[in-house]
Formats: sequence, structure tokens, C-alpha cells
Amino acid sequence: MSPKIPLTTPRPSATFDDYTLSEIRRAASTGIYDIRGGGAKRRVPHFDDLLFLGASVSRYPLEGYRERCSTSVTLGTRFAKKPIELKIPITIAGMSFGALSANAKEALGRGASIAGTSTTTGDGGMTPEERGQSKTLVYQYLPSRYGMNPDDLRKADAIEVVVGQGAKPGGGGMLLGQKISDRVAEMRNLPKGIDQRSACRHPDWTGPDDLEIKILEIREITDWQKPIYVKVGGTRPYYDIALAVKAGADVIVLDGMQGGTAATQEVFIENVGLPTLACIRPAVQALQDLGMHRKVQLIVSGGIRNGADVAKALALGADAVAIGMAALVALGDNDPALDAEYAKLGTRAGCYDDWHEGRDPAGITTQDPELSKRLDPVRAGRRLANYLKVMTLEVQTIARAAGHNNIHNLEPEDLCALTLEAAAMARVPLAGTSWIPGVNGSGGL
Amino acid sequence: MQQLIGELMRTIDLAQSPLRELNEELHRQTDGSNEAQWEILNPRGGHAIAVGLDAPINVDVRGSVGYYCAGMNKKATVTVHGSAGPGVAENMMSGRVVIKGDASQYAGATGRGGLLVIEGNASSRCGISMKGIDIVVKGNIGHMSAFMAQSGHLVVLGDAGDALGDSIYEAKLFVRGKVKSLGADCIEKEMRPEHQEALTNLLKNAGIKDAKASEFRRYGSARKLYNFNIDNADAY
Repeated sequence: MSPKIPLTTPRPSATFDDYTLSEIRRAASTGIYDIRGGGAKRRVPHFDDLLFLGASVSRYPLEGYRERCSTSVTLGTRFAKKPIELKIPITIAGMSFGALSANAKEALGRGASIAGTSTTTGDGGMTPEERGQSKTLVYQYLPSRYGMNPDDLRKADAIEVVVGQGAKPGGGGMLLGQKISDRVAEMRNLPKGIDQRSACRHPDWTGPDDLEIKILEIREITDWQKPIYVKVGGTRPYYDIALAVKAGADVIVLDGMQGGTAATQEVFIENVGLPTLACIRPAVQALQDLGMHRKVQLIVSGGIRNGADVAKALALGADAVAIGMAALVALGDNDPALDAEYAKLGTRAGCYDDWHEGRDPAGITTQDPELSKRLDPVRAGRRLANYLKVMTLEVQTIARAAGHNNIHNLEPEDLCALTLEAAAMARVPLAGTSWIPGVNGSGGL
Repeated sequence: MQQLIGELMRTIDLAQSPLRELNEELHRQTDGSNEAQWEILNPRGGHAIAVGLDAPINVDVRGSVGYYCAGMNKKATVTVHGSAGPGVAENMMSGRVVIKGDASQYAGATGRGGLLVIEGNASSRCGISMKGIDIVVKGNIGHMSAFMAQSGHLVVLGDAGDALGDSIYEAKLFVRGKVKSLGADCIEKEMRPEHQEALTNLLKNAGIKDAKASEFRRYGSARKLYNFNIDNADAY
């Protein structure tokens, strides 16, 4: 009898991990690339890699329950006759009716209005539900121009010219046939049930010189009343922001790769664009170099989850942030209470991202009338308002601890980084040192 | 700066008045306005002239214009006595825009209604992403015209350039001359009596008397790319 040979433990490949193998099998089986919603799921340097220093002997803090700490922000002060005044610098990012149910859009409007902030239309036009429930509504001007018309342009409080978004900079959208209801089809002037390809670039302008003329046209149509935003995905933030300023933007929205989409190729979401953290300082640098920081306001989005993220974005130089995915979760998206239903769709709560299929058990990313009914827009709106208020309190808590009576006084000096990568991207010192990789030498204390 | 010519004609000279004043004044006009006739002098290739109009007024622009003239027009009739730069009548909702000369790129882009008549030639991407507008071009049109065109009619009395109707949806294209090539999913289609009738009406509305519907060919969507299929990937 031969001695028993010890077996090695089965060893999965770090390169060909379970997810990678499953994707190869899925592609081989279907012949179609994977489309999903949401933003980049891979780990990238993020706000978690930054810490606030707080006050001590060299700085004194403000009393959390007594001393005021302002949160309001004004957007669009450069050219617009009617800038937007928001109570909090946390806005709701553009999400379309079509991608979201009418109830979900209404809930976003309700929640934002209670909290004193703005919400934003998406690639599908403006619905009466969201206009009616949104005190401040930003109207997106997108390449597809689905639903675009001058009446809604005039009803908007601001206009956002969308050049790109963080989940797919350089890419267009895809609303698959199963989500094209009669109402969605009518708003987009297309037959029901067909895949609707949203163009990746605007049909009537290309490049920064044209953009300047396009912005002029929109200003002339609206008699220079409305702030005009330009939204870009995070790719070459220094140059893109400089060119947006040159083109005449009042406000710039900068969306990193963790920013969500309703439906895009997985390969695009995970492999194109910059992490949000890497975008902010080059953008702020561009504004500062042009003497336009705080004159052209900067809204940062992509992976904002809590008040700490907001505070860090502001400290790095943003004037406001926008949330999309987090707002959907606040409404009820990916709720563990629906786990059994997510399991039927082959996923689980927290991981569901097949928003394009329109089968969302939470009734948010769907056009199915029965599923849509599950979302109570009043209750969901209240949940969003609660979440926005908690985030605001969190930002104030941090700002007071750092000694600021206005959350916009947070600054890079309040921060340090836990990793070399984050230190280099955020241009703040590695914790415990004065070393900012790429900015100064090896540093000392 | 502004002078009354007769009772109803108002003239604005862009050599004297800023663009903003012109557009604001035009925006003040309503359905019941008695100032129904407007004349704009010295446009000098300026951009965004007579944009966002929303009243049944007649505007004559005496000269050539730059980008986006008559953009998002509703109800008004705008006549450019010259040529037009890119994006003329973009996203037009209703009314009528006439270009006596040539039009640059993206004429009538994303237009939702109304009639755009170009008496000269139109450049590339004429009628791109059109969503219900009717466009009649007396001359030729450039490449990639009616790209992703969703609905409405594009009528061309001359020739069409490369890739006509690429990725077209439900818009109807009528060309009297030669088509250099058709784009992805665009095919020649049968000219049935209802198309003859629609085309005859379009020609009549555009004031064209020397062309008959029977001289045109019709092009539209093969509808093979409406739902994604990997085996069609070579078409893109």
C-alpha cells in the first residue's frame, strides 16, 4: 500500500477569478457584451483613503450644538440673471424618466424639495410629475435630445448641457426595448419596444468652439435667465474644465467613474474614465489658473455616499456634489427586504444592477406598471429627504470639528491621505508626513 | 435703433442693436401681436439670430447668418435672404424656415415639426436625428444626412452624399437625384400612393412647382437593427 500523497489545496487564479470565469462563460453563451446599470464596482482610490485632521491646539473647533455652520450654496452666478439658491450643496444627479419610473422621479423631486436642493431630468425629457414636485429642477440638454423642447427649457430652473458622464465618458446610452412603454416611446418619438440608442455626441456641435456658440443659443432662447451647466465625465479634467469655462459655463458638473448609468457595457463602466478622487484637484487647478474658482461653480459626482464624502469633495475645492446611486438606495433600491425577489433574478440585494431589464422589484428602475406601483413616491421622497439631512449634519459635524463656520471653508489643509495613491491624486500629504507625491520631495514631518 | 416701417413692419439693424435685444423683443411677441412683420438687417453671419420664437410672426433676415438661426422655432416664419451656418432651425417645433441660399451642417437637426426649406444645397448631416420635422432641399445634401432620423420627411431634389439615412428609424426620405450610398439599415422602399400623396403635399407646401412626386425614390429603415443582435455587429 503506497503512502497517501498529500494534496495541495485547490488554488483559484487571481487573474482568472470566479467573476472573470463567469463572464467568459456568459459571453460565450450569449454572444452579447454584458450591459448593466450603476458605476464602476472595482476598488479605486476614493474618499475612504482620506482623513480629516480635526482641531486641536493649533486650531480650535466650533461647538456642534450651538455654533452655526452654513451649508447653503448659490449656483450660476457668472452670467445667469436668476442663479439657483440651494440650502444644501448635495444635489440629485440627472436620471431619466425611462430609466426610472414616474413614481421614482416624483419621489426624487419630493425628497430634494423637502431638503432644499435640486433634482435633474435625464435622457427622456421632463415629466409633469418631476416638474410639479421639484422646487428646483435642472433640465438636461443631451445628445439624443429626446423630449427636448423650448417650453420645458423655459420651465427649468437651470439647463445642463451633458457632454459626458463618468460611467461612460465618450459613450452613449442604451435603453433596451423591454423598458420602452407607450409613454416612454411617445416622449422619445420612437416606436415601442425597440432598443433606443442615445447618441454619444451632440448632433449639432463638436468641440469647444461650437459649444460656446451652443451655449450662446440656449442663453438667447431663455433670455439669459437660467444658469447653464456643462457636465463632463472624468477623463482629462484640467483641460475639459478649462474649455468648459472658456465656452461660457456658469457651473461645471464633473462625474467620476464610480458615477452610475442606467445601462452601459460592463467593459466601458469598469475600464474607461478616472476615479472621482483623481478628477477634483486638476479641475480646481484649472479654475484657479483661470481665476474662476468659486465664480464658476464645480459640482462633483461619482461615489458620494455620506457626509464625509461630501466634506472631502468640498475640502478639495468643489462647491457642491451630486448623488444618483445613493439617492436610489435611499428610495429603496437594493433593499435586503426584497432579497427573495432579487434571488429570482439571479442576484441578491446590494448587487442588483440589471436596471436595463426593467424588472426591478423595488419599482424604481422599471416601467412595469405593477412593479412601479410598489414605490410610494411620498414615503420614498421622505426617505430621501431624511438621508439628505443626515448627510448635511455629517458634513457640518466635520466642518465644525475642523473649526469652520461654513462647510465651504473646508480646505485641502484639513486633510491627509492614507495611501500614496490617494495622496498623489488629492494632492494632500500622506498621513503623518508633509509628503505630497508629485508636488514636493520626500518630505519630513 | 429701431424704426417703424408702415404700421406693422418693424426693422432691427444688428449693426446697431445687440443680439440679446433682438431676441428678447421677438420673444415678447404673442399669438395676438399686431407686430407681425419683422425685418433684420446686417446679420453679418451672426449666431443664434431669431432663436426660440413662439408667435405667428414673419421674420425676414436680410443677409447670411451663422450657427443656429431660428433654433427651436415655434409658429414663426423665418426667411433668411442669404445662406445659413450650422444647425439652422435645430429642434424646430413648428412654423416655417426658408433659406434662400445654402445651409451648412446639421440643418434641421432634431427638429420636431414645421417645415424647413433650403433653396440651395445643404451640407453634411442634414436632418440628423430629426424627430418629426419636414425638410425640403432644392439642391444637393452632404454625407450622413438623416443619421438616426426618427420621424418626419426629408425631400431632396438634387443628389444625396454618402451614407444617407444611416441607423435610420421611421423617418421617410425622398430623393430625386442620385444617392452616393446608403447608410446602415437604410434601404430603398416602395413608393406607394400614400407616399406620392404626402410628397406631393410637401412639394406644394414648399412652393416647388417644377418637380413631380413620381420622379423621386423613397428610402427608409430596413428595421433590422432595431433590437441588438451580435450577428449584426458588422453593420455598425
